[in-house]
Amino acid sequence: MTVPLAVAIVMSIAAAATPLLIAALGELVVEKSGVLNLGVEGMMLIGAVTGFAVSYTTGVPALGAVAAMAAGALAALIFGVLTLTLMANQVATGLALTIFGTGISALLGAPYVGITTAVLGPIFPAALADHPVLKVVFGYSPLVYVGLALTVAVWWFLKHSRAGLILRAVGESDEAAHAIGYPVLKVRYLAVLFGGAMAGLAGCYYSLVLTPMWAERLTAGRGWIAIALVVFASWRPGWVLIGAYLFGAVMTLELQSKAAGFSFFAPELLASLPYLATIVVLAIISAGRKSAKTAAPACLGRPFRAST
Amino acid sequence: MGWKLEPRREESRAMMLAAPVIAVVATLIAGAIVFTLLGENGPGAVYQIFVAPLLSLNRWQDLLVKAAPLAIIAVGLSVGFRANIWNIGAEGQYILGGLAGTGVALQTLDLEGGWILPLMILAGVLGGMAWAAVPAFLKTRLNVNEILSSLMLNYVAIQLLYYLMRGPWKDPEGFNFPQTAMFSADQTLPMAVPGTLIHIGVPIAAALGLTAWFLMVRSITGFQIRVIGLAPDAARYGGFRQASTMWLAMLVGGGMAGLAGVLEAAGPFGQMVPQFPTGYGYTAIIVAFLGRLNPLGILLAALVLALTYVGGESAQTVIGLPAAATGVFQAMMLFFLLATDMLVRYRLTRTTPAPARTAPAAAAGEPSAGSGRPGEPPPPAGDRIQRERTEAAAL
Amino acid sequence: MTPRLQLSGITKRFPGVVANDAVSFSVAPGEIHALLGENGAGKSTLVKIIYGVQRADEGGLAFDGRPVEIHSPKEARALGIGMVFQHFSLFEAMTVLENIALGMDDPPPRRELEGRVREVLNTYDLALDPHRDVHTLSVGERQRIEIVRALLQKPKLLIMDEPTSVLTPQEVEKLFETLRRLASEGCSILYISHKLHEIKALCETATILRGGKVVATCDPREESTRAMAELMIGGSLKDLTGKDAALTGAARLTVAGLSAPGEPPFGTALKDISFNVRAGECFGIAGVAGNGQNELLSVISGERRDGVSGTIAIDGKPITGLSVTGRRAAGLASVPEERNGHAAVPAMSLAENAILSARSRMGLVGGGIIRSGAARRYAAKVIEAFSVKATGPGAAAKSLSGGNLQKFVMGREIMQDPSVLVVSQPTWGVDAGAAAFIRQAMIDLAARGAAILVVSQDLDELLEMCDRIAVINTGRLSEPMDVKGISIERVGLLMGGVHGAHAGGDAAEKAA
Repeated sequence: MTVPLAVAIVMSIAAAATPLLIAALGELVVEKSGVLNLGVEGMMLIGAVTGFAVSYTTGVPALGAVAAMAAGALAALIFGVLTLTLMANQVATGLALTIFGTGISALLGAPYVGITTAVLGPIFPAALADHPVLKVVFGYSPLVYVGLALTVAVWWFLKHSRAGLILRAVGESDEAAHAIGYPVLKVRYLAVLFGGAMAGLAGCYYSLVLTPMWAERLTAGRGWIAIALVVFASWRPGWVLIGAYLFGAVMTLELQSKAAGFSFFAPELLASLPYLATIVVLAIISAGRKSAKTAAPACLGRPFRAST
Repeated sequence: MGWKLEPRREESRAMMLAAPVIAVVATLIAGAIVFTLLGENGPGAVYQIFVAPLLSLNRWQDLLVKAAPLAIIAVGLSVGFRANIWNIGAEGQYILGGLAGTGVALQTLDLEGGWILPLMILAGVLGGMAWAAVPAFLKTRLNVNEILSSLMLNYVAIQLLYYLMRGPWKDPEGFNFPQTAMFSADQTLPMAVPGTLIHIGVPIAAALGLTAWFLMVRSITGFQIRVIGLAPDAARYGGFRQASTMWLAMLVGGGMAGLAGVLEAAGPFGQMVPQFPTGYGYTAIIVAFLGRLNPLGILLAALVLALTYVGGESAQTVIGLPAAATGVFQAMMLFFLLATDMLVRYRLTRTTPAPARTAPAAAAGEPSAGSGRPGEPPPPAGDRIQRERTEAAAL
Repeated sequence: MTPRLQLSGITKRFPGVVANDAVSFSVAPGEIHALLGENGAGKSTLVKIIYGVQRADEGGLAFDGRPVEIHSPKEARALGIGMVFQHFSLFEAMTVLENIALGMDDPPPRRELEGRVREVLNTYDLALDPHRDVHTLSVGERQRIEIVRALLQKPKLLIMDEPTSVLTPQEVEKLFETLRRLASEGCSILYISHKLHEIKALCETATILRGGKVVATCDPREESTRAMAELMIGGSLKDLTGKDAALTGAARLTVAGLSAPGEPPFGTALKDISFNVRAGECFGIAGVAGNGQNELLSVISGERRDGVSGTIAIDGKPITGLSVTGRRAAGLASVPEERNGHAAVPAMSLAENAILSARSRMGLVGGGIIRSGAARRYAAKVIEAFSVKATGPGAAAKSLSGGNLQKFVMGREIMQDPSVLVVSQPTWGVDAGAAAFIRQAMIDLAARGAAILVVSQDLDELLEMCDRIAVINTGRLSEPMDVKGISIERVGLLMGGVHGAHAGGDAAEKAA
């Protein structure tokens, strides 16, 4: 393998992995607090369209990314009000959020279809970012580095911070946490909002970095793969990172073989690969799950009502 | 002073029926406001989508034709949802049903006979079942979450459709368009009402709804599904196995979605095209919830959702509302339904400030006074005291 | 002397019921004060008010002579009130240390916290490994976490809510030593229980609650247990009848070499369990919760069949290969520990709950279709025969009180006239009247020739109604013992894991 090809492959993997990583880390925190938000796909689409619109209007992609986070969090707030305050079924509400996100993003994005915006491009000086070899380290969009830093941050937060301990406690036993005096719903609201912001950020990666343009259903089910990654990782941030980059590799395989004019497999089969890979990986992980250390948070998906 | 939710002692039947109506009305109001804020003609959109189609007899035909697949899929899904089995792969199962029926059709293009259509329909049902069997197998054997596996298969089904349209099944005389040949007369659904668009899928949907309703209420299998959904441990205790329920729910859901798929292919489409997936599999989820997972309710809810499709189309042409508006209305309806749903189990009460310390002790009354204790929290709410109090009061 | 805690006129209402009705009493510094009452007498509500979990509608609290308002557990802890809950507020998948840190408002860094935890453990001679995951611990060890958590805050008042209901007799003795020592250091202890002999052994003062009101305050060392029990219940005690006449015949339920994996994620595996229950016999299985009781019951009822080895037979015919429904047809009836959601579907009517387990034996289903009329009639018969307080067969199971639902569930099984009845915790969370009724119904069924297997953590209950008792510990079953002339101490040692000759250092540590 030549060096330029290797560089291209690594960069392509990182590019495909980053939105999955960011969205999955957000969802991981949400699930650790005991809430299952299946609306990741919808929040990503909302983030993608908002990010694009703001970036296009202001000409500042970074502003677009911030707006995408805010929009994702706002969408998550709808989910929070329904499931946490009104105790609606979390599965149904998550599905509703995805349907809503698909519809509203298509509606809001209609004027932006077919145009491009400035890319949220590399932050390092061109000497590094465009260097034929060094760009494998320095040539990425800031979101790639954000994803890696976020992995460490989420790991540290859950493992070593007081707030992370409380969040895990809430997800492990909401009633016990409430009995000790922790504000279960407040913790869950914050987690849900964080998850929404991360999904929004992940979504705008597609519209501001990868393509960079807006199209209906731009994220093509990647939000669902992010949810599957959390299961794959058994709720451990380090494994989310590994999983996201593995999926990035699968998607790169698809792109590279298309680019190489590799016609042995039908393109449709290659396009199915990420979804088939998700199923296979889930099957392997789920069948082998035994230890309590890798089990889902005990309260995942259960509504909680304070008894006072 | 504020509002607070108080659990009801028994679920409110009135609210059960009222919640979908409230949700639809709230959607109309909120929809008008939201679309006005988005710079569209909000009230006009609501009128065009929800009222105008009802005033035209021709639109009623469209309504029934669009409602039929939604109702068939949603009735199938409701069986699973009742049992807390979340098959959200109806879109893929619908596609596979259509593809399986098309497969039979392409093999029988040159043949004649009344047996062809029933064979296509059978193939469609089996196709949907086969696609749904994958998540059922993965769940029962390997404990794979059925939400994720069934959803992933939707994307795979779409790629399979594209592949067949682009290659093997492409009509050789179709000017290289990625679509199959048109179906023959023996491969097309007959009309239920001659001279209209209303094909036999419509009465089939109604009959399936009624049958499913009877079976859910009166059969031991329906009982099994309800128990599994309400209390899985109790189901095990009652001798109902989780795995067999999973298979049952997935196969019924997949089979019904497949049926809807083949009816659409052999009905309105009359051939297979890449545009075949229209999102019915997702919309049917909303239909199932709006119909309260009750097959009779679903028949009504399917009409409401069909209205958003039919009305959405006319709103596009009449006032230039974007096509995506339909999806937004549908999602809002589900949001509002989920929000009002809690009124079935809880009621909204005004919280009053705590009574003054000096309130007469006589106001305390007797513990046994409560023949009706409407506001008593249910035991699973996690407060054992409440449960204990009930006992003391009842004795 | 200024009382440590003074309650005056505490009233708390829930919709339709008054949980506490003008409750007043006081606890002196260094006093061990019992709060005594039946399930539902309002004890738990009262302590939740003291601990700031709930708010009183009327009345006031004074702590060390100063009137206080306690709005949250945090404020309670700041005042110096510690609490050990009946149902531990523990997080299974987390370590002991993490659990303790969660229970503190302002925990020191991990290292320092560990040092302080070890200090408390040493001071009070408590055995506990701070780095173990909670789900690997015994119930007694779990309680120690709660105690350490409370002690770290150097409380002036320690509230213990039903602390012994899940402990072995030896663990109870050890707990009492710790409490006495704390009291001698000036800490007041509010001890909530309904176990009279314990209160006699430990407490100096007892406040007795009934129906939310204080009915008496006494010195438990002076009163007879019977007198206190009658104050608690508000009537006279009834003894079981027909117990002595029990004739035991041939073995009806035979279990041989039964092994099964534990229920995920934290269950206990069953190891080579053998016993038999004879016609007309009540056979009791004692043990501390979580030692394989749930596994044993679900393996016998057929709810769990994966990985099970060994044989189960009714009247000599093996049923090991049969499903739940097949075993019911063979004459087995079972009642699991949890009523809500296991033995009954809370959201369904009593008639539907009758269909759940009685459909084949009582002909409530024909040709796959439910016979609603027959189901209603059977439910009505059960309601009548077991004097269940319900509006009728159409009433939702969750609208019944715990005691009435338990009576319905027991009635539903007993009236199918099973040859073998397997029951777990038949009177858990049930008031005394219903408990006596249920026990009597089981005795009567045995008298008609059925074999009864009762699994219970309540040793007193087993001693009262059983002919033989065996003890389950870490999934192993001891030799059965005749109840006549049984040694409570020996049962306690078995519950703590001391098997016959193996009473070595390991066992002593466990019992500690």
